Amino acid sequence: MAKYLAKRIFYLILTLFIVITVTFFLMKLLPGTPLTNQAKLSKSQIALIYEQYGLDKPVWQQYLLYLAGAVRGNFGTSFQFSDQPVSYLLSSRIGPSLQIGLQAMIFGVILGIIVGAFGAMKQNTWVDTTATIVSILGISIPSFVLAVLLQYYLGLKLGWFPIAEWGGFIYTVLPTLALGATPLAESARFVRTEMVDVLSSDYIELAKAKGLSRTGVIYHHALRNSLIPLITIVGPLAVNIMTGSMVVENIFSIPGIGEQFVKSVLTNDYPTIMGLTIIYSFMLCVVLLITDILYGIVDPRIRITGKAN
Amino acid sequence: MENEKDILEVRNLQVNFKTYAGDVKAIRNVSFDLRKGETLAIVGESGSGKSVTTRTIMGLNARNADITSGSIMYKDQDLLKKTDQEMESIRGQDIAEIFQDPMTSLDPTMRIGKQIAEPLMVHKGMKKEKALAQALEMMKLVGITDAENRINDYPHQFSGGMRQRIVIAIALINYPEILIADEPTTALDVTIQAQILNLMKELQDKISTSIIFITHDLGVVAGMADRVAVMYAGKIVEYGTVDEIFYNPKHPYTWGLLSSMPTLDSSGDELPSIPGTPPDLLDPPAGDAFAARNAYALKIDTEQEPPFFKVSDTHYAATWLLHPDAPKVTPPEQIVARQKKYAAMQKDLVAKQRPSVPVEEQEEQQ
Repeated sequence: MAKYLAKRIFYLILTLFIVITVTFFLMKLLPGTPLTNQAKLSKSQIALIYEQYGLDKPVWQQYLLYLAGAVRGNFGTSFQFSDQPVSYLLSSRIGPSLQIGLQAMIFGVILGIIVGAFGAMKQNTWVDTTATIVSILGISIPSFVLAVLLQYYLGLKLGWFPIAEWGGFIYTVLPTLALGATPLAESARFVRTEMVDVLSSDYIELAKAKGLSRTGVIYHHALRNSLIPLITIVGPLAVNIMTGSMVVENIFSIPGIGEQFVKSVLTNDYPTIMGLTIIYSFMLCVVLLITDILYGIVDPRIRITGKAN
Repeated sequence: MENEKDILEVRNLQVNFKTYAGDVKAIRNVSFDLRKGETLAIVGESGSGKSVTTRTIMGLNARNADITSGSIMYKDQDLLKKTDQEMESIRGQDIAEIFQDPMTSLDPTMRIGKQIAEPLMVHKGMKKEKALAQALEMMKLVGITDAENRINDYPHQFSGGMRQRIVIAIALINYPEILIADEPTTALDVTIQAQILNLMKELQDKISTSIIFITHDLGVVAGMADRVAVMYAGKIVEYGTVDEIFYNPKHPYTWGLLSSMPTLDSSGDELPSIPGTPPDLLDPPAGDAFAARNAYALKIDTEQEPPFFKVSDTHYAATWLLHPDAPKVTPPEQIVARQKKYAAMQKDLVAKQRPSVPVEEQEEQQ
């Protein structure tokens, strides 16, 4: 296991390096610089600032300098805000993003499992049809459209939830719903298909032949076996939430990293863009690693033993 | 057919499956008995209703199954009148089942010890530790080597033959009165088949259970069964002791089945087969369902269903050929040879047991 983890962590670092490299050069291809729209500054002033931030150097030199800094944990200073190191700026903003993301994930996946399982158990009844409609809607409506609809109806018309503000838990409900719809729909659809499959399998027949009750069969045999493949889509779902959160955070004015990302790209805030890219890639890699480890825990057939054979 | 020692009595069972195309009449008036301690083989080709019969006994039919009539008496109680919950307490306790494919009939994510112990925990309310201890004993009984170390293994760590032993252990852990074996060796290698069949016979003696053995493999039947029921198109067409069915078959379908079984001394280069396919059970034909494929079919076969004609106290066949007015036909060559062998065997047997009694009865049958 330790050997496996070490290998995975090595790959994680390698992945981050590649992501940093590609993003750095892509970012430099963006038109303009952080000072493009600064009419008040004279040319010599701009040149001075460029020099101060090292922006006058060739791109490959800037890249090497950035790498050297990043290795030592120095991710630069934001161009947007005065004297805000990127690490400080992002660490103060990651909390709300993680909260929304995790809430959406937990809410979506758990409810998805329930909806999917009931759909499969009551196959071809109205329960099943409802579950299917829910998942089709959840998959086809983009999270930002849902966000706007939720804001309008639940926030503005009914006044149940506050909008465009950030405070306690009550402020997280609508964004969580908006972001959680996709994982809900995806996992419901997935669990339903898996469960229908599992319920018609021979070992379920055998479990019934043993005299287990209907709930016993579902709980002891069907559920675990239909949930295992769900782990494979948890990674992609997390990615989905991360990308979705950029727009949704903007819509709900959540002071998270997603909102910051959009702002930074618009203002060519190079160090912040890089910092955010690293954070997103890191979270994604960790999610995938956790997924793989989880898979081994729940499915004995692919358990990582660490033995050579 | 009534008998004190009958453990299971199936009477006039009719099962339909509701489909969009109409009702598929899968079981059409089936009756049979299972005696205590015996092995009854139900033989027939795919779709003849063998598995549906056993599923109905277990109460595990698909949701679109409709049992239109009949009764299944077990210990003076009709299993068909039981609630789902009552059936749950019978399944795995009084009646257990072994399935066809051991590669798929074990839960891939549960340790086999627990899978074997589960029926004990469900039916006897046993604590896990105690149930696992019994499971271990059962594993040894079914011949799993190194059982102590393997009790915590998962199904994928076992071979097909070993998995079928585990499935047998699951079925027998509660010492059921009736064991239903639905083609238990079909998915196994021939060498493993023999091992599993021997194991089943051995265990049947040890725990004195009655077995309903479903198969399409007549070779297996010969070694396993005490009595045989031949099914065709949702009906039993002939039943008798294993010797009677093998050496003195009366129904042309049984003739066909036996002739299409290769034997060591089968001559000619092509194996005989039964022409045609079984009838569509959405709309079963009038008369004998086998008539269309039957080279010996009479006119009445297409008009009226043949009743059971008695051949001996234990042997009955539903074919008009046994009617006193029916024309005498000569069965296929192979069957005649079998009948001759049977007659010789009977003569020997009778000569050994009661040397003074003449044996004219067997002579007549040829």
